[in-house]
Amino acid sequence: MQSGKSQAWLTRFLFLNAILTFFLVSLGGKVTSMGVGMSVPDWPQSYGYNMFFFPFDKWLGPGAGGVFFEHSHRLLASLVGLFSIIAALWVAFAETRFWMKVMAFLALFSVAFQGLLGGLRVVLDKYNLGMEFGLTHATFAQLFFSLVCALVLFRSNWWRNASPHPRAASLRPWILATCCIIFVQLTVAATMRHQHAGLAVTDFPLAYGKIIPSISPAAIASYNSSRIEISDSNPITASAVVLHMIHRLLALVIVGLIATCALKSRSILGSSHKITVYNFLWLGLVALQFCLGIATVLTGKSADIATAHVAVGSLTLMTGALLSMGCYRITSPRTALNLRPAPRMQSASSQLA
Amino acid sequence: MNKCLFYSAAVLGLAASLQSLSAADLVGKVTLKGTAPAELAMTTVNADKVCGKMHDQPVFTRHYVVGQGSGLGNVFVYVTAGVDAKSVPPAAEKAPEILDQKGCLYYPYVMGIRTGQKLTIKNSDPVLHNVHSQPKENKEFNFAQPLQNQESEKSFTVPEVLVKMKCDVHNWMFAYIGVVDHPYFAVTDKDGNFKISGLPPGKYTVEAVHMKAGKKSAEVTMAADGGKAAFELEAPAAAK
Repeated sequence: MQSGKSQAWLTRFLFLNAILTFFLVSLGGKVTSMGVGMSVPDWPQSYGYNMFFFPFDKWLGPGAGGVFFEHSHRLLASLVGLFSIIAALWVAFAETRFWMKVMAFLALFSVAFQGLLGGLRVVLDKYNLGMEFGLTHATFAQLFFSLVCALVLFRSNWWRNASPHPRAASLRPWILATCCIIFVQLTVAATMRHQHAGLAVTDFPLAYGKIIPSISPAAIASYNSSRIEISDSNPITASAVVLHMIHRLLALVIVGLIATCALKSRSILGSSHKITVYNFLWLGLVALQFCLGIATVLTGKSADIATAHVAVGSLTLMTGALLSMGCYRITSPRTALNLRPAPRMQSASSQLA
Repeated sequence: MNKCLFYSAAVLGLAASLQSLSAADLVGKVTLKGTAPAELAMTTVNADKVCGKMHDQPVFTRHYVVGQGSGLGNVFVYVTAGVDAKSVPPAAEKAPEILDQKGCLYYPYVMGIRTGQKLTIKNSDPVLHNVHSQPKENKEFNFAQPLQNQESEKSFTVPEVLVKMKCDVHNWMFAYIGVVDHPYFAVTDKDGNFKISGLPPGKYTVEAVHMKAGKKSAEVTMAADGGKAAFELEAPAAAK
């Protein structure tokens, strides 16, 4: 067991790893938004060089273009991988909770698996499997980010000293269900992005001037022929339009669910309880995310706006995941057991002795 | 035996020569009905630190190139049926086609090539491009050309109209290649005119393909002195 100072540094280190992971996910979003995922066509090398010895002028030079984003993504991923190794070993030595050690090593294996998925997305692109692996890579990134953030939550004083609140049990399924729907939403979004078909629907709030757009072959041909874009995009398909409309519909459902969770939390736990505060923060995040979604459409899928949409999406899932865990914490029977008044615990143990 | 082979070869050669002598040009025009959507200024090209220096004028997208008489440029026109495979000269005899990367754009934007014919891909820019083909039938390739004036040779084995070429480093760079297994194809000029040379007399099906406006087919009869064909593709309804 390490000193309190060392314990605090471990928490800070895990927090730093979570921040780096957030930037990694955002940079991955930028790579996909710009369509430059294949600008470094080999892996694990970069243009035949060892990744860590790739020439600076090719990476950071004025003509680097998409290479800058893709190679930076790879280097940042390597850094997160290194930090995850250190974090797992540090947790193994410093933590007394066995499940916490398991979680830290799960994060380590996840980052390794995620790196492999990213590499296979590049290597298998020539076999037309780039989209499948890219989609899995993007979706798994969201889970990994939530896991890394959860490690920080488990180390927090709030987690250790959480007060039991059994009435919050009725809030738990709401938050968990919302979280699951957000994950489905992020999977739908990742599928849309990795089809590299640009915007399947180019107007808002209507869709091609209608509430429900036509997906007849003639309509799809018309959408494609009228679309003028700077970057190359694959043709729009009927399934892409359907997916886009599902994404819009799910966005409305998620906003409604998070608002419900926030209101229920206030009514059950009171407005000053941390779960309620973070529920309202969650509501703010999803409102921002909703606006970014609209901006993505209205700007013709500007790479920066689309990247911000990915980044805030990952924060929304992570907040929901942590709230689910927090809610579990304050309603768990073990929490109630751990927080029995100290004198009674002492007298019970002395009786046993 | 040798004499027999010699005479057979001479007769076949003579027949091919006579056929090529009687072959003529199929000429025509592709027009666009309606008004094409406005092209976009490619601000990312002009804003790029290296690529921007190679352009002193704003660069625009090249989806719809409409010229005189509503002629539509960059349309790939090719014979889809009626070609006698025996009369087609080998692709290897043809000079390589050239796809150039210049000013961070592909030239030509649309081109044709035969299966087995060499495609020379050139980088005229002082900046790294990666050449990424995205075929559905042919084998994909994706390689880097970091040096100015670097040339690489590739070829396609299966007919495929159209194969997209792109540069992942510069996401606005893309071009299309029509791959066919005979020499009877052309790409329309800026006024929509095309000429397919050396097509022997006979009946053919000819198709005009545009990446945005779609495709149309026509039955064409080639006489000894040539033939004509006209195609009208339609602009999107919203832009009319």
